[in-house]
Amino acid sequence: MSDRENASAPALLGLFGATLRRDLLLAYRSRGELFNPLIFFLIVITMVPLGITPDPVQLARLAPGMIWVVALLATLLSLDSLFRSDFDDGTLEQYLITPQPLYLLVLAKVLVHWLVTGVPLTLLAPLLGVMLSLPASGFSPLILSLLVGTATLSLVGAIGAALTVGLRRGGLLLSLIIMPLYAPVLIFGASAVASAADAMPYVSQLAVLGAMLAVAIVSAPFAAAGALRVSANG
Amino acid sequence: MAWTWFHQLGSPKWFYQKTEAWLPWLAVATLVLITWGSIWGLAFAPMDAKQGNSYRIIYIHVPAAFLSLAGYYVMAISGAIGLIWKMKVASLVMRSAASIGAILTFVSLFTGAVWGKPTWGTWWVWDARITSMLILFFLYLGVIALQNAFEREEAANKASAILALVGTVNIPIIYKSVDWWYTLHQPATIKFVGKSTIDPSMMYPLLVMVIGFYCLYALVLILRTRSEILVRERKSRWVQELATQ
Repeated sequence: MSDRENASAPALLGLFGATLRRDLLLAYRSRGELFNPLIFFLIVITMVPLGITPDPVQLARLAPGMIWVVALLATLLSLDSLFRSDFDDGTLEQYLITPQPLYLLVLAKVLVHWLVTGVPLTLLAPLLGVMLSLPASGFSPLILSLLVGTATLSLVGAIGAALTVGLRRGGLLLSLIIMPLYAPVLIFGASAVASAADAMPYVSQLAVLGAMLAVAIVSAPFAAAGALRVSANG
Repeated sequence: MAWTWFHQLGSPKWFYQKTEAWLPWLAVATLVLITWGSIWGLAFAPMDAKQGNSYRIIYIHVPAAFLSLAGYYVMAISGAIGLIWKMKVASLVMRSAASIGAILTFVSLFTGAVWGKPTWGTWWVWDARITSMLILFFLYLGVIALQNAFEREEAANKASAILALVGTVNIPIIYKSVDWWYTLHQPATIKFVGKSTIDPSMMYPLLVMVIGFYCLYALVLILRTRSEILVRERKSRWVQELATQ
């Protein structure tokens, strides 16, 4: 018995690592798709001055919220494909019958999603901050809040992606069911940047974002795993 | 032995037959309480010193708001029961609770807007409570949309139960963060009539209305669940016997 328990620990990590490698490789092979959320991010931010005003003072006030809202939308748009190809080619069913917990698989897939969308969005955000004339003090909280916040967005979004993966037209529905759940992340993320832009302390907002991430890591993959079972059988 | 009732509750037929006896009582209680409460509240409760008669919409607004929140938990808990014990009736209760809850949330938002116009001079303000009610409304709509998206009913029930449970975990977080957002962004120019400051002569009719709304909720929930049962079990013998009687 104890032998089997000892043997299972490397097996768990091995599975986690293998899924991570496989998904990163798949993402790397279809590089074109990786840029789509980033281009979307850039285009929508370009629309803001066109639609509202090119006045730098007003743009600076809008910048934290706009960047955060658009980052949220870009994450949502890319979520639809999180489990899609696995569902289509039957890999998902293989996942369901592996002896290792589905929790770990989901966590690995979400980690890859964050690495290929959340992190690039975070890296692109300072450029958009410059375009929207965000005050200099706002840049480091913008990067930090997006880095932590997009991870939560990916985790929570995975639940929606798992629920809608079996549906033919799941994309819009996914946004509809997940967007209300994103409200807290948006509030604290945008407020961290806005506080910093007003030269106020922003550590508490980042701490709350971190707390949300901690809760999401331990609970969201469970819900997503349950949802995947429903979708695979439905 | 002690759990027999729990298993019986899972049988649609048992639920249908049992609730038939409860319905008249619930209907009478609802009718009496709501008539009593609304006549008391609309005609006999004193006029508000500042808001005049317009405050009387509280007698619909507050009970609807209470129940829209409580209804979410009814939906989520019955969804969880359906998910864990695979109980048919619980899933049907969840389906019914979702649409009733969405309607009640809309009623409380709408009456809030109507109340806001004479009181604050505007239909809509981005107040913390209003905003979280709006998000609650979106959560309900999400559950309903997900239910309708699946072709197989069992998958629809399970998926929307999971979504409802995820929403349950999130509701306190959403409420707290919207509260925090509000205190940060908005100056406290608008003051609600707080619970503690309401006069007993206005409070008692409100209490009657709240209890009346709870009865109404139970009544409508049971009625809707019964019709869901009939639709679902339309091929079974007892429903066909019922229809041909």
